[in-house]
Amino acid sequence: MTLPFFDPVTAVLLIPISSAALLAALPGYRLTARLNVLASLATFLSALCLFVMERSPPGPYVLIDDLNIVFIVLNTFVGFTTSIFSASYIAHELETGRLTPTYLRFYHAMYQTMMFGMNLAFVSNNIGLMWVAVELATLTTVLMVGIYRTHAALEAAWKYFILGSVGIALALFGTILVYMAARPVMGEGQDGMVWTLLVERAANFDAALLNVAFVFLFLGYGTKVGLAPLHAWLPDAHAEGPTPISAVLSGLLLNVALYALLRFKILLAANPASIAPGPLMVTMGLVSLIFAAFMLYRRRDIKRLFAYSSIEHMGIIVFAFGMGGPLANFAGLLHMVMHSLTKSAIFYAVGHISQIKGTQRISRIRGLTVTHPALGWGLVVGVVAIAGLPPLGIFMSEFLVVSSTFARQPLLAIVLVFGLLLAFGALTLRLTSVAFGEPRGSTAPADASYIPMFAHLALVLGAGIYLPSPLVVWFQHVAQLLG
Amino acid sequence: MQMQSLAFDVSHTLAGGLVLISLMMLYQDRLYSLLNVFALHALVLSLSVAWQAFIQDAPHLYVTAFIALVFKAIIIPVALHRIVKQLGIHRDIESAVGIGPTMLAGMGLVALSLVLMLRVTSDADPLAREDLAFALSVVLLGLLVMVTRRNAVSQVVGFMSLENGLVLAATGAKGMPLVVEISVAFSILIAFIVIGIFLFRIRERFDSVDVSALDDFRGERR
Repeated sequence: MTLPFFDPVTAVLLIPISSAALLAALPGYRLTARLNVLASLATFLSALCLFVMERSPPGPYVLIDDLNIVFIVLNTFVGFTTSIFSASYIAHELETGRLTPTYLRFYHAMYQTMMFGMNLAFVSNNIGLMWVAVELATLTTVLMVGIYRTHAALEAAWKYFILGSVGIALALFGTILVYMAARPVMGEGQDGMVWTLLVERAANFDAALLNVAFVFLFLGYGTKVGLAPLHAWLPDAHAEGPTPISAVLSGLLLNVALYALLRFKILLAANPASIAPGPLMVTMGLVSLIFAAFMLYRRRDIKRLFAYSSIEHMGIIVFAFGMGGPLANFAGLLHMVMHSLTKSAIFYAVGHISQIKGTQRISRIRGLTVTHPALGWGLVVGVVAIAGLPPLGIFMSEFLVVSSTFARQPLLAIVLVFGLLLAFGALTLRLTSVAFGEPRGSTAPADASYIPMFAHLALVLGAGIYLPSPLVVWFQHVAQLLG
Repeated sequence: MQMQSLAFDVSHTLAGGLVLISLMMLYQDRLYSLLNVFALHALVLSLSVAWQAFIQDAPHLYVTAFIALVFKAIIIPVALHRIVKQLGIHRDIESAVGIGPTMLAGMGLVALSLVLMLRVTSDADPLAREDLAFALSVVLLGLLVMVTRRNAVSQVVGFMSLENGLVLAATGAKGMPLVVEISVAFSILIAFIVIGIFLFRIRERFDSVDVSALDDFRGERR
């Protein structure tokens, strides 16, 4: 299908950036919140068109392939549902005076700019452009994390900014090194940064330089993925910013950095003389998983709890991609999608809960299923999903990761299962105290938007029970691409 | 051949100078002098970039050099000077680690980056090799400045010197597309705006830019 005047790739970039400009100019909460939702919906619909459109051959800047379509559609979908959640969340923040109308305008403009940055990172075929886009997305989230301007929010934003910048600086150094490694083969100029051209001819690149480049890229983008021990910014940024931002941080921004890593992993795989990135990713993934699983036990703040759970799951995903092979890649991809959906659903619930209770401390939240059945049970389902219980989607992807690992590296699988069980224990422990028991804290009725949360959970449940075969074929194809 | 070796020597000197100035940053214990050293750093960077533009016959690099000169060597140090003055924090910067260990660590990092880069780039042309090795040293020293300082202003200076190292690497990589240079300059600009906002907010809220003053609140510690 081709329409002469409509190009979905342009649309997923142009809609967010133009609506960002518009939202910065328009006053009024109701109008701007609706416009934000509308823009996100339009972006999502254009992203869906990517499935059916005829793909143009990759240009010097833009590339659309099976891999990034998955990321873009997921990104715009969660962006859309989060904008719905954000509308009701922000209304409450305005009422309580935590946000002023000026800041709100800024918030909406930043939200769309962030969506632009993330989409740009996904579609870019130029490793330099991709770096710029990731940095743009990072900077906008830094500003949004600090938007409450409390002690804690400023500290979190500052820490995020400093660590994020260091990460991004290392990534740029890695990008320069990739260009240096490619230059003798590709010649000078534009071509040396175009990813598709690089992959075609990667076999002749200087392997030693490419290795060093990957280490820098791994550390740099790995900081943004939130891999331990580079994760220090992540819990603070999640806990202190507005909850819609926590949802997109966990659900989307971590994926952007992961996507960048995967692109470079493919590049390295195309060069037989270079190191295999697998062991590096497997190690960091496992370290993150185990570390985060232990840290889960000591959390007192509900948003921090789920931030650590994000570290844990990113660890699993990086581990799966590090193992490589069709099955593990498939599992990693599925796990990434499931984690994005589940974690953002959890943050939707947590956002409303902490607004009602007026606190994020776990000890002050009790008996949610009694006082707020919809939110409480939503949270229960979400946590059950994220802990990896059947029949939800994460169980399936975790099962695939574990079983594919058992077949190849039984020892690693034991460590993996240990981490999973540890995290499972921590989450159930916290869940029982929050969801059940004698109610504690305010019991004011929730003025919440349930649709985004339940839509995500329904998708996760659906995927756990039955994956449609076109989707499976698509993912299998992408898994093949990842090598 | 004569020209070739002159080109090599000058760029070598300038890049080496950057490393030296980075090392100088490590032992500045006054904010004003740190800012002055940073201005010098940016000045040498702009000279180095301009020289690269000349020998590579790449006129677009002059833009990068110009940005480094005007923006990083003049505007930012002046602005930071004013901020420091307004905040009345010009007297001292307490570094988290003593000067002796910091200098030793700095030398270690320079040695490390030289060993690493010279070893892996044995096939590349000598100019690019040494440039890259120096650039990595500057990046690592910038990181070191950031870790050893607690003060927000000096952390920012550390970050900017780190960015200078990246620009050095990018311009040393012959024929690297323009996209990247502009974006580097541009993102430094954005980064500075962000930092400016942060400094402004931090001062507004706490009357202090000492990051450790922000350190008292954490969800877990209470």
